[in-house]
Amino acid sequence: MLGFAIRRLLATIPVMGIVAIIVFSLLYLTPGDPAAVLAGEQATAEDIERLRITLGLDQPYLVRFGQWIGGVLQGDLGTSIFSRRPVMELIVQRLEPTVALTLASLIIAVAIAIPLGVVAAWRSGGIIDRMAMSLAVLGFSVPVFVLSYLLIALVSVKLQLLPVQGYVPIAYGIGPFARHLILPAVSLGIINAALIARITRTTMLEVLNQDYIRAARAKGLSVRRVLIRHALKNAAVPIVTVIGISFALLISGVVVTETVFNIPGLGRLTVDAILRRDYPVIQGVILVFSATYVVVNLLVDLSYGLFDPRIKY
Amino acid sequence: MNDKQALLSVDNLTVTFRTDHGVVPAVCEFSYALDAGETLAIVGESGSGKSVGALALMRLIHDPPGRISEGSIQFDGRSLLSLPEGEMQKIRGNEIAMIFQEPMTSLNPVLTIAEQIVEAVQLHQNLTKKSARARALEMLQLVQISEPEQRLDQYPHELSGGMCQRVMIAMAMACTPSILIADEPTTALDVTIQAQILDLMRDLKARLGTAILLITHDLGVVAEMADRVLVIYAGRKVEEAPVRELLRSPRHPYTLGLLGAMPRLGDTSTDKRLTEIPGSVPSLLEPITGCAFAPRCTMAVERCHVEAPPLERHGDAEHVAACWRSDEVGTVR
Repeated sequence: MLGFAIRRLLATIPVMGIVAIIVFSLLYLTPGDPAAVLAGEQATAEDIERLRITLGLDQPYLVRFGQWIGGVLQGDLGTSIFSRRPVMELIVQRLEPTVALTLASLIIAVAIAIPLGVVAAWRSGGIIDRMAMSLAVLGFSVPVFVLSYLLIALVSVKLQLLPVQGYVPIAYGIGPFARHLILPAVSLGIINAALIARITRTTMLEVLNQDYIRAARAKGLSVRRVLIRHALKNAAVPIVTVIGISFALLISGVVVTETVFNIPGLGRLTVDAILRRDYPVIQGVILVFSATYVVVNLLVDLSYGLFDPRIKY
Repeated sequence: MNDKQALLSVDNLTVTFRTDHGVVPAVCEFSYALDAGETLAIVGESGSGKSVGALALMRLIHDPPGRISEGSIQFDGRSLLSLPEGEMQKIRGNEIAMIFQEPMTSLNPVLTIAEQIVEAVQLHQNLTKKSARARALEMLQLVQISEPEQRLDQYPHELSGGMCQRVMIAMAMACTPSILIADEPTTALDVTIQAQILDLMRDLKARLGTAILLITHDLGVVAEMADRVLVIYAGRKVEEAPVRELLRSPRHPYTLGLLGAMPRLGDTSTDKRLTEIPGSVPSLLEPITGCAFAPRCTMAVERCHVEAPPLERHGDAEHVAACWRSDEVGTVR
C-alpha cells in the first residue's frame, strides 16, 4: 500500500510537468498584450515597448519558460503584473474562502446524493426514484449561477434568512462564517449532488441484482442493513471515483459561485487575473488547481483498496 | 394434502410476474407439504418455476414485478404470508435458511467469511461478537472445510467454488434451522465436489434433523438425496411420489421424459440411446388450456389439449399425477 502510494506520487511528477508546459504555453500563445493593458489607454508605442522590456516579455519562449519553471520549483510563482505582489502571496490570501466553499459543497453534495441514489435504486421505478432522478436531471442542467440567483432571491431577499453575498473568515466566528457560506455551498453542492446521485443509483441497481444481496436477505437481514453494509460497500468504488471527478466540476463551479456571491477566493482571483491579463497570476492559479486535482485523484485511487479487498496494489 | 401436522404446508400457491407483455403466472396453484427431517425434491426444467416457488417461501420475490397472488404457506403453526416483515426476518436464516446455485456469487465479495457468518449468528442469537465468531469457526469445522481458522479472515475470492458452498452451508446451518432450502446447490460445482457437498448435506441433515427442500433438475441428485419427489412443469405440479416409486414407475409422461434423458451408469446396452423431450417449456404469456405438457407429449390425445387433467392418486395414496393417460404411462412408448 505504502509502496503503491509512493509510486503513484512519483507518477504525478511528469503529469505536473506537462501541466506546467501547457499552462505556460497556452498563455504565451493567446492573443492580447499584457504590456498594452498595463500601460493603459493613453500610452504611446514606446511606453508599451519599454514596459515590455522591463517585464521581460520580449525574451524568447524558452528563456521565459526556464525562468518561470525555475521559480515555480522554489515556490516562487512570479509577481503579479497588476498588483506587483508575489503570486504565491495572493493565492495564500485567497485560499481560505475557496477551501471552505469547496469542502462545504462537497459534504452537502455527498450527504444529499448518496441516500437519494440508494433509495432511488432500492425503489427503482417508484415515485421516489422518479422524483429523485427528475431532480437530478434538473440539478445537472441548471447552471450554477441560475440556481444561485434563485436561492438568493428566495432565501436572502424574500425570506431575509441569510446574507445576500460576501464572506466572513472563520476566525471572525463560526456563526457569521457559516451564515455566509450556506447559500453558495448549497448552490454548488446541489449541482454536484445530481451527478453523484445518478452514479450511486446506477451502481446500486447493478449491485442489488447480485446473488449475494438475495443471499443476505435470506439470512434475515433488514433492508436497511443489506443496503448499507452489503450493497453500498460494493458500490463504493464507482461512487468514490465520481466524487473525485465532481471535484473538477467543483473547481470550475467555484469560479462562478465566488463571482455571484462576491467571495474573495481563488475563483475571483482567477476571473480578475484573466480580465487584466495578469499572466503570472493565471498561471499560478491554474497550477494550484491542477495540483489539487492530481492529489484528489491520488486519494481516490488509494481509497479503492479500503472498499474492495480484490484490488491489490 | 398430507396430514395437518406437516412442518411446512404450501397450499394453492400462485406467484405472478408483471411483464411488458402481460401478467405471467410463474407458479400456479402449487401445493405440497414438508415434514420435519424429511427431504423433498422439487424437480423441473429451467424456467419451470421451481426457484420462484422457493423464494416465495422466504417472501423474497421482488414486488414489483412479482407477487404472491394466491394461496397460503403454513410453517410451524404460523401463516407466513400474513406475517409482518419484521417477524418474517426472524424466520429467514433462523428457522428457514437457504443456499443457492452459485456459491461464488452468493457470498459478498467485500466482506470476510467471518463477518458474513457472524452477522447471521448475531442477528438471530443473542451472542457476543466473540462467541459468534467461535460459533462461525465451529460451523466451518462442521462443514469440513480445510484450515477453518484461516478461512475466517479470508474473502470469498480467495476460496474455491466448493469451499464457498461449504461456507454457505455453514452460514445457513449456523442457527440450526428446521428447513434448509437448497436451490440447485451442486449445479455450479465439479462432479467430484458435487458428491462431497451432497454427502455433507446428508450428514448434517442426519445430525441436526433439518428438513431439506431440494430444488434441482438433476434426477441423479434426487435419487441420492430425496425421500419424496415433486415434479413441476410450467409452474404446475404434475406428479408427486416417494422417490423409489417415482423413479421406478412414473405416472406422468413428463417425468418419464426426464428419466429417459438421464444417463445411467453401468447401462452398457448400446441400442438404448438417451431420449430428449422435444420442444421447450411453453410461454406462460398465453393462458394454457388443457394439459401444459400436451404440445410436447408423445402420448397426447385430443382431450389433453382441451381439458386440464386433475391431480389423481395412483395405487399408493402417496403417489399423485396429473395426466389423463397416467395408467398407460410406461407401457406405451
